Amino acid sequence: MENKLYTLIVHSENFAGLLSQVTAVFTRLQINIESLNVSASSIEGVHKYTITACTDRNNIEKVVKQVEKKIEVLQAQFFTDDEIYSHEIALYKVSMSEFESQSEASKVVRQYNAHIVEVNPVFAIVEKNGSSEDISALYRELSALNCVLQFVRSGRVTIPKSCIEPVSQYLNDRAKEHTNKKKK
Amino acid sequence: MKNELISGGEIFIRSLKDHGVGTIFGYPGGAIMKVFDALYDYRKTLHHVLVRHEQGAIHAAQGFARSSGEVGVCLVTSGPGATNTITGIADAMIDSTPVVVIAGQVSTDMLGTDAFQEIDLVGVTQPITKWSFQIRNPEDVAWAVARAFYIAKSGRPGPVVLDFTKNAQIEKAQYRPTTIDFIRSYVPIPATELGAVECAAALINTAQRPLVLVGQGVELGDAQKELLAFIEKAQLPVACTLLGLSALPSNHPLNKGMLGMHGNLGPNVNTNNCDVLIAVGMRFDDRVTGNLATYAKQAQVIHFDIDPAEINKNVPVDIAVLGDCKETLVAVTEQLVPTRHAEWLKTFTSYEREENEKVILPELHPTNDHLSMGEVARAVSEATAHKAILVTDVGQNQMMAARYFKYTQNRSIITSGGLGTMGFGLPAAIGATFGRPDRMVCSFMGDGGLQMNIQELGTIMEQKAPVKIILLNNNYLGNVRQWQEMFFEHRYSFTPMMNPDYGEIAGAYGIPFKRATTREELQEAIAEMVATDGPFFLEARVIEEGSVMPMIPPGGTVSQMLLEC
Repeated sequence: MENKLYTLIVHSENFAGLLSQVTAVFTRLQINIESLNVSASSIEGVHKYTITACTDRNNIEKVVKQVEKKIEVLQAQFFTDDEIYSHEIALYKVSMSEFESQSEASKVVRQYNAHIVEVNPVFAIVEKNGSSEDISALYRELSALNCVLQFVRSGRVTIPKSCIEPVSQYLNDRAKEHTNKKKK
Repeated sequence: MKNELISGGEIFIRSLKDHGVGTIFGYPGGAIMKVFDALYDYRKTLHHVLVRHEQGAIHAAQGFARSSGEVGVCLVTSGPGATNTITGIADAMIDSTPVVVIAGQVSTDMLGTDAFQEIDLVGVTQPITKWSFQIRNPEDVAWAVARAFYIAKSGRPGPVVLDFTKNAQIEKAQYRPTTIDFIRSYVPIPATELGAVECAAALINTAQRPLVLVGQGVELGDAQKELLAFIEKAQLPVACTLLGLSALPSNHPLNKGMLGMHGNLGPNVNTNNCDVLIAVGMRFDDRVTGNLATYAKQAQVIHFDIDPAEINKNVPVDIAVLGDCKETLVAVTEQLVPTRHAEWLKTFTSYEREENEKVILPELHPTNDHLSMGEVARAVSEATAHKAILVTDVGQNQMMAARYFKYTQNRSIITSGGLGTMGFGLPAAIGATFGRPDRMVCSFMGDGGLQMNIQELGTIMEQKAPVKIILLNNNYLGNVRQWQEMFFEHRYSFTPMMNPDYGEIAGAYGIPFKRATTREELQEAIAEMVATDGPFFLEARVIEEGSVMPMIPPGGTVSQMLLEC
């Protein structure tokens, strides 16, 4: 099976120690995590993990099932890039002298729709929001101009293109089941 | 007194009692003293079995759980007390055994300081438990115990660890009895799709050569009767995994024997001849499947399981029937058309005959004077009218006992299947005598495995636990020796083992002992063992270089079993 980049979205209860359990699933299946982003979700008390990894479909399905087995995990789902809209943020620290001496440099920054967010006599900081590809492409161009001192990028924030919010659906279904169980 | 404040330790003990716990296997220590102190007041109604090593406690809890179907409880101290249970926790995880391990922990303010007997137990056990939780204050005790029992027992069972800090044991809170039967993030039994039931029934109805693989899931789901109705309606031949052996009586005409590396010839070969393979509550372990590239490629596969993660894990499945097999089997059975499959059933006979001639008869009736392992196992099974609970250790004793015992009742085999833990047998048998005091418990051991937890003879002595120990002594680590003989050119690297005088050892513990070297001695010793009320130690001096046959060599194909080594 073909390897490609998958994005795994996990919703969980806010429970200490869960992150290592989730990442351990990847380790055990010998899959490297490319990026990882953990934050509170839009639902109170529910945390969201966005994890990207390069693997095949068979393996990512196994990851999802194993992650869902963790008691405090509400739901795990995987997506391919065409099923999601995702963004990253990147910061490029560029040398002021190199930057100023090459007019090409500020042209590139404008072309990529990046912004300069900090300027001082030694360096400037360029910020870029966008796709992984654009962020990498900007890095390559600035590097070719020899002006990048430092480069950092975030993990992904991802939103599926589908209109259904499966985790809300899951929580509603579970709430109903709980009520029915109590009635019995 | 309703608003009385009591210690976390006492809340804990009262919670256990309220969850129906009657037996605990444990060992005290510095970080769990407050709990043991509370236990002292309840010692008449909550029986504590003092083991001799914490590994004994966890295996005993496993034996208790496997024999009774109830949650086994193990109580130990922090640090080494806790780490000594790790092997058993991993064993319980892979064999889906419901146990709750409660370990002491240093006080919350000392956590992370490398305090005396501190280890990060939650961190260490997370990968080998269903749930692992640290109790840091007394208000959480009742909730944590309730959650632990619910998680351990529901759905696919498994081990739970509670890491109980010292301050939470000592500090006081009100006790509010708590039960939990719902956790919103945890779905113990997945919903069954009606379509899957229909497709499964339709496929079975068209099958010419169906084969049912039965695993421990049938016993865990208490679905033995439902299985019987299912297989009888469409005359479906059955093969059992090691852990599923007693889910269907051995003498049932549709029971074609054991699967796997040392299983029976017919079911293994016919796995690669069937047209529809129906797996029920089993997980296609590599000891069952051999080489996956040549496993049942011709068949369409139906998989009944409670755990969605088992579907397509090792073997690609055509139809997955998720849910509780006690219900799904009934639903599928309703839609089955009564069939006979007479021709297909007949195909097992020639394999049975071949295995009988080449393997079983020579094992049961050796032409030399040495006792064989198989004849000892069969003789013990017969002497107990095939009603005993078989507990085994790991290795040749395990395979021989599993093969030559016969099963007439449910939950009659307790063995370390997935992890293959030597040293499991003796303490697990102790646990089984508490789990099912109404049944005889026979523990088959090798001389290697017995000595891995031999200290538990002390527990047997103190508790008068009626364990019938059957030691198959061949002065070798027999299973490894067999592999060395077959695959490593007879290079017996550190498998011959010098043994102590087991008669003296049994005598020191006050356990009645008999040694058997001949068939007459064996019969006499077994008769005495069965007639003895309480524990008994039977040492059978068996043939030294005996081998378990038939065999699918490691990485081999199920249809190509070796009948001779």
